[in-house]
Amino acid sequence: MTGAAIWSDAVTALQLFAVDPSGTGGVLLRSRSGPVRDRWLAMLRTALPPSCNVKHLPLNIADGRLLGGLDLNATLLAGRPVAERGLLAEADGGVLILAMAERLSAATTVHVTAAMDAGETIVERDGLSLRMPARFGVVALDEGADDEFTSASLRDRLAVHLDLNAIGVRDAEEFALDTREISAARAKLPTLKADGAQVEALCTAATALGITSLRAPLLALRIACAAAALAGHSKVDQGDLALAARLVLAPRALVLPPADEAAQPGQPPPPIEDEADESGGEDQTPDIDRALDEIILAAAQAAIPPDVLAALRAGSARRSRSRSSGKAGALQKSNKRGRPAGVLSGELRAGAKLSVIETLRAAAPWQPLRRREMTGAGARSLPRILIRKDDFRILRFRQRTETVTIFLVDASGSAALHRLAEAKGAVELLLADCYIRRDQVALISFRGSAAELLLPPTRSLARAKRALAGLPGGGGTPLAAGLDAAFVLADLVRRKGQTPTVIVLTDGRANIARDGGQGRPRAEDDAMSAARQLRGAGVDIVLVDTSPRPGISGEAIAKEMGARYLPLPHADAATLSKAVLASVG
Amino acid sequence: MATTFPFSAIVGQDEMKLALLIAAVDPKVGGVLAFGDRGSGKSTAVRALAALLPKMKVVAACRYNCDPDRPAEFCEDCRIRATKGRLKSAQVPVPVVDLPLGATEDRVVGALDLERALARGEKAFEPGLLARAHRGFLYIDEANLLEDHLVDLLLDVAASGENVVEREGLSIRHPARFVLVGTGNPEEGELRPQLLDRFGMSVEVKTPDNLADRIEVVRRRDAFESDSEAFVANWAKDEVKLRKKIIGAREKLSSVSVPDVTLERAAKLCMALGTDGLRGELTLMRAARALAALEGAKTVTDDHLRRIAPSALRHRLRRNPLDDAGSSVRVDRAISEVLG
Repeated sequence: MTGAAIWSDAVTALQLFAVDPSGTGGVLLRSRSGPVRDRWLAMLRTALPPSCNVKHLPLNIADGRLLGGLDLNATLLAGRPVAERGLLAEADGGVLILAMAERLSAATTVHVTAAMDAGETIVERDGLSLRMPARFGVVALDEGADDEFTSASLRDRLAVHLDLNAIGVRDAEEFALDTREISAARAKLPTLKADGAQVEALCTAATALGITSLRAPLLALRIACAAAALAGHSKVDQGDLALAARLVLAPRALVLPPADEAAQPGQPPPPIEDEADESGGEDQTPDIDRALDEIILAAAQAAIPPDVLAALRAGSARRSRSRSSGKAGALQKSNKRGRPAGVLSGELRAGAKLSVIETLRAAAPWQPLRRREMTGAGARSLPRILIRKDDFRILRFRQRTETVTIFLVDASGSAALHRLAEAKGAVELLLADCYIRRDQVALISFRGSAAELLLPPTRSLARAKRALAGLPGGGGTPLAAGLDAAFVLADLVRRKGQTPTVIVLTDGRANIARDGGQGRPRAEDDAMSAARQLRGAGVDIVLVDTSPRPGISGEAIAKEMGARYLPLPHADAATLSKAVLASVG
Repeated sequence: MATTFPFSAIVGQDEMKLALLIAAVDPKVGGVLAFGDRGSGKSTAVRALAALLPKMKVVAACRYNCDPDRPAEFCEDCRIRATKGRLKSAQVPVPVVDLPLGATEDRVVGALDLERALARGEKAFEPGLLARAHRGFLYIDEANLLEDHLVDLLLDVAASGENVVEREGLSIRHPARFVLVGTGNPEEGELRPQLLDRFGMSVEVKTPDNLADRIEVVRRRDAFESDSEAFVANWAKDEVKLRKKIIGAREKLSSVSVPDVTLERAAKLCMALGTDGLRGELTLMRAARALAALEGAKTVTDDHLRRIAPSALRHRLRRNPLDDAGSSVRVDRAISEVLG
């Protein structure tokens, strides 16, 4: 699609969203901040009724502000508990704009999605128990680059996904919006309904595009209704459905239906994976309007460039691993170090830091009661403020957990012959980097018939170097045993609250099976199954192929375990170490 | 939300629905964890269950939902009031209490009543969510994202069945026995093993992949959203039927017999899977009995075991580094080995 076409869709989308903000869930706007995005937001503001609340949710919002809680000032003045509405409740009936949605924390995201699902917020905080209506539409501003994405749970709930990164300012011309038309559409919306065949057609199209979530066809339905209302149709027609497919289904598509299927009327929609037996049945869905079905599918398909699909698939494979296992260690709560992450009531011990302000806040409402009690008990001179142990609020911090880098080194005959020395050099450089970052390292080697833990996780560079230098070479390649050992160690490391990263150096030519038996095919099968298991562990893995001619075996194994693949021949020890570092953070 | 989606109108998701019904029949089975795909109706099912449950008898005006027929388990208030005369009882809906993720500790366990402290200078205990959930359900959406300090609180109370609060010189203990229901999406993080263990049953929820079912889900959801009252009225008959089934099963539960052969089979199954401790066997047996009661059977058979074993056992397996099969596959394998 050209820039102008994308922009025209984006403008349509904002009008449809303005017709039904909470029903359509919202819009995911993937775009760098800049004039294009600003223009879109300004136009959205025009499209929304002037009375509509537009609230901005900052990235680092505290739970109290987001959900609401006790309004301390008003409470002390009034002499009774006064609740303060949170941002979610304030956005009721309006629009909530999430800045930098790709970096929104899991906790904040879940509060927003819970409110979207229930249409209200449930607050159990600061001695208050409140339910407040919170029906709003969301605009998630996603400035992510490459592999940074807004969380899948939020994306799933937003009807329209737009990507404005590809279009320039010149494409983004300012359309004059007819606000009367939009408000007329808003009034008309409740009378519009899609009929059964149209619902079926949307579901069929979604399935054909490999979309699992059922929110997608539901949201497409909402968009189709909004489109019909905006166009002044008396009921939802084909064009409305086609538009909904383009805006809602196309950006979510994971597979392209085979081209000939769409062209042949009377064919069931292309089955996805193992669904053949269900959708293949002749009388399964007899009353589906095939023609309608194809129109929708064609509309969605036209909006999907094939290369985007490939990238998407790669992206979703990468994202399906734990989101937190990135960079240098996952985030963990601690009460000693790191960035501040809220307060918690607790005891003052073991180096915990008191939050004076929060403690005073917690103590404030109870002052009259305590004062009366103390005077009643005969105390004469009272301190200005009466603080009890229950008031203590401890600062919590969020810190990155320690990373443990596990080196799994192939010391078999074939590897030793080729590049063991070079591999050792690379590992040594990496070790030095780990040392600088205060990471722990562990070393496992495999050769002959088994794997051996040469060095349990340690911070001692000297020990690591010694273990590496003394690494003997020769024998068969029990790759499966090596990968199993790495899996067990990674699991152990994680149980200790640390973040494991695995670096595998091998030529990928497995020839010893798990049980120590010889034979390449069985050994390779075992290696593949061990690789799958390692992928299941959800750790970051880098596979360095040390064979002289990096080939299929190394790459296949890397793929199977979801690892980044680095062939050694293209690099000397120094560049290799740089590449590995770039991959693991 | 004024109206909830009716339980009987939920398409498919048989394993999850069955587990929830079993928990409703016998709370001792110990809770349900539903983990799975986004938008597959996990929360909908739990909220629907709340509307489905038959009412329960409580001591009138008791803040802790005490059961008038079980004086041994009374809270302190009821104990004092019981000495002064007969307690009045009332019928109330079974509580299904939401534990929202942003909850603060004071609201979960209970704390001093701020209003009375400010207005009248009185020290009074304001019960928290745990008190409200007594004899009912405590529901945690996105249970895997619950803050650690709240998880610790829950573990403690779920183990002892009692909530102890010490605040400002006030010392309160009250019964807090509830069925824990959690939902979540595994992509967003794992559940702590200790919390996992507290759930009697664990079900895996998948979005239906059969086109006809998918269409039906969307169609019903759409009908519900455009006119929820009419939709609920349409399903009222099925809801009543299902509610009767639960009541009937509760009455029959104690008379369902578990033959020694079946007990032995259950034990063998747990041994084959290497589940830790006796909890697995106990849950398996209880869940199978509740299932038999739901279906009006007089004795628990192998078939009951077979159908409920995956839910009762799959979250109790030890990780086996030499077996890369998923836990469901391993349970299925053990079932076919032991039960044939």
